[in-house]
Amino acid sequence: MKTKKSSASPRQPAKLWQLRLYVMDTTPKSETAFANLKKFCESHLKGRYRITVIDLLKRPHLAKGDQILAIPTVVRKLPKPVRTILGNLSDTERVLVGLDLRPAG
Amino acid sequence: MKNNGHKSTSPVTLLPKCPTGIQGLDEITGGGLPRGRPTLMCGGPGCGKTLFAAEFLVRGAVQFGEPGVFMAFEETEAELKANVASLGFDLAGLVRRKKIAIDYVRIERSEVQESGEYDLEGLFVRLNHAIDSIGARRVVLDTLEALFASLPNEAILRAELRRLFRWLKDKGVTAVITAERGREQLTRHGLEEYVSDCVILLDHRVNEQIATRHLRVVKYRGALHGTNEFPFLIGAEGISVLPITSLGLNHKISAERIATGIPRLDAMLGGRGFFRGSSILLTGTPGTGKTIVAANFAQAAARRGERTLFFSFEESPNQIIRNVHSIGLRLEPLVKGGLLRFHAARPSLYGLEMHLATMFKEIIAFQPDVVIIDPITSLMDAGTASECRAMVTRLVDYLKAGQVTTLFTSLTQAGHSLQQSEASMSSLMDSWLLLQDFEGNGERNRVLYVLKARGMAHSNQIREFLISDRGIDLVDAYIGPSGVLTGAARVAQTAREKAEALASQQEAARRQRELKRKRVALEQQISGLRSEHEASAEELRQIDEQVGTQTRLLTTERTELGRLRQADVSLPMGIGSARGNSKPKSKR
Repeated sequence: MKTKKSSASPRQPAKLWQLRLYVMDTTPKSETAFANLKKFCESHLKGRYRITVIDLLKRPHLAKGDQILAIPTVVRKLPKPVRTILGNLSDTERVLVGLDLRPAG
Repeated sequence: MKNNGHKSTSPVTLLPKCPTGIQGLDEITGGGLPRGRPTLMCGGPGCGKTLFAAEFLVRGAVQFGEPGVFMAFEETEAELKANVASLGFDLAGLVRRKKIAIDYVRIERSEVQESGEYDLEGLFVRLNHAIDSIGARRVVLDTLEALFASLPNEAILRAELRRLFRWLKDKGVTAVITAERGREQLTRHGLEEYVSDCVILLDHRVNEQIATRHLRVVKYRGALHGTNEFPFLIGAEGISVLPITSLGLNHKISAERIATGIPRLDAMLGGRGFFRGSSILLTGTPGTGKTIVAANFAQAAARRGERTLFFSFEESPNQIIRNVHSIGLRLEPLVKGGLLRFHAARPSLYGLEMHLATMFKEIIAFQPDVVIIDPITSLMDAGTASECRAMVTRLVDYLKAGQVTTLFTSLTQAGHSLQQSEASMSSLMDSWLLLQDFEGNGERNRVLYVLKARGMAHSNQIREFLISDRGIDLVDAYIGPSGVLTGAARVAQTAREKAEALASQQEAARRQRELKRKRVALEQQISGLRSEHEASAEELRQIDEQVGTQTRLLTTERTELGRLRQADVSLPMGIGSARGNSKPKSKR
């Protein structure tokens, strides 16, 4: 499990984003997903996110809790409601929609 | 057995089978589902897919020591537990004892976004984890197709499903995958494309307002299987598939005979009643006393100590007991004693298959020697003709296999030809009694025939069937030149004959008396004549005597006279000579 923390941004209210990235083993696919997620967070949520990477190969029992089927999967635990994005996050547009970062309209 | 699809003898097959434990299914499939392979179970909503799958797991865990994983895509763990509890399965307990693992998979499409490539490794991980955690040998995926609704990318999903089925095979688990039935395909999303070893189709049809579930093994690679549709039902103890063809004609046969409770009927049946373990059909128009004959048989059987099960589809048990009480049958003590049991149900209460299953259950629970079904025709309304015939066949086979003597009563509508309407059923029966009304002379009388009695000499004669407060009696019907006479006509005929006999008797007596009198008269006449005859003889004698006396007197007088006249001594001579001799003598 890898954890990355970032200091709170002075511009936005201190709202911590808790993200979980589910992967299987350290495959290129999961590496890509992690890189994409990190890049995305750095540009949109700088300083107020935390990514937890869960390797299901080592902790298979954790898959049930977050209803994981697809690998890789990102789960936004906080802020509520829970959001899920499947895939290696190569489509940034969709990640924005998925994480509900895109303002309505 | 008509519709033959299933070979009762399963050939040598290399394909190992995994018994489901579901009543009847293993018979159809020749031992169970293909072991270590996935089986697709498809059907429309409400046809029992989930319950089938659940029973497969539960029976595996309980009966065959094979733990199982239930991966639910539609129902939560709590819902599932509650649902199968209705079949008497303690899923929660099995989960606690690590015999069954339940994993509820849920993906809300509205909460999910796709971005880039992914695979369903998470599903594999979960499944693998669940399997390994309890050492599962069986897996159920119910209903995998829910994924098509929650995962937007069908291409990925299809690729992954193909991989999943491969993976399940490699894992060596026997899997059941349920799927919704599609319009043109077996399944809505074409899952049959991936699962090619065994496909079972479930169906729920409503026929004349009665719903029946059917099961068909569409495909079973590498094994012989029944290809017919088999009705199945979901009862309180799980699912039972009812294979018609799995029963053969190889029952054990008994030569023992059992009395019918009506001595004259026994006499008609070769003097000793029915064969044990035979099936008897008793047909009759309304009000001919079918139930009474049945009750009589029941009483006789129970009094012999045989366990008797009475299925009543028209009257309540109490009503039957009360009614037959009036003809001197006492069923209540037998019921209390536990030898006689009634089971009453309205025919329209549920479908034919449910009735059959209920009856099987009762029979298994009670272990009867004698079963009475009164009337079987009521059940006929609960299904189509072919279904009914199949049902009766199964029932007869089942009971015969258990050496249970069965009496079916059958109501024939007035106006129908008796023989015709029952023909389809009668061929299944060993004995067939016919009760009929005879109408005439302003009255109805019951008569009884033995139409058939396999394997015994039986009377071909009609008997009048009398029901009185002392029970049933069979009397010879009068058969005369004017046909068969029954009831009052028979009594009248008998009386007429009696009167005629009496009249001729009286006539003879009268003639006898007359002759006697004549004879007496003649005798009197004879004796009168005789006395007359005697009287005249006497007279004659008297006359003779008189004459003699007179002669003597005359002689004496003449002698006296001669002496007086001093005549010759030729006295002893007659008067004439004496008189004639006197003068010529003197002349000489």
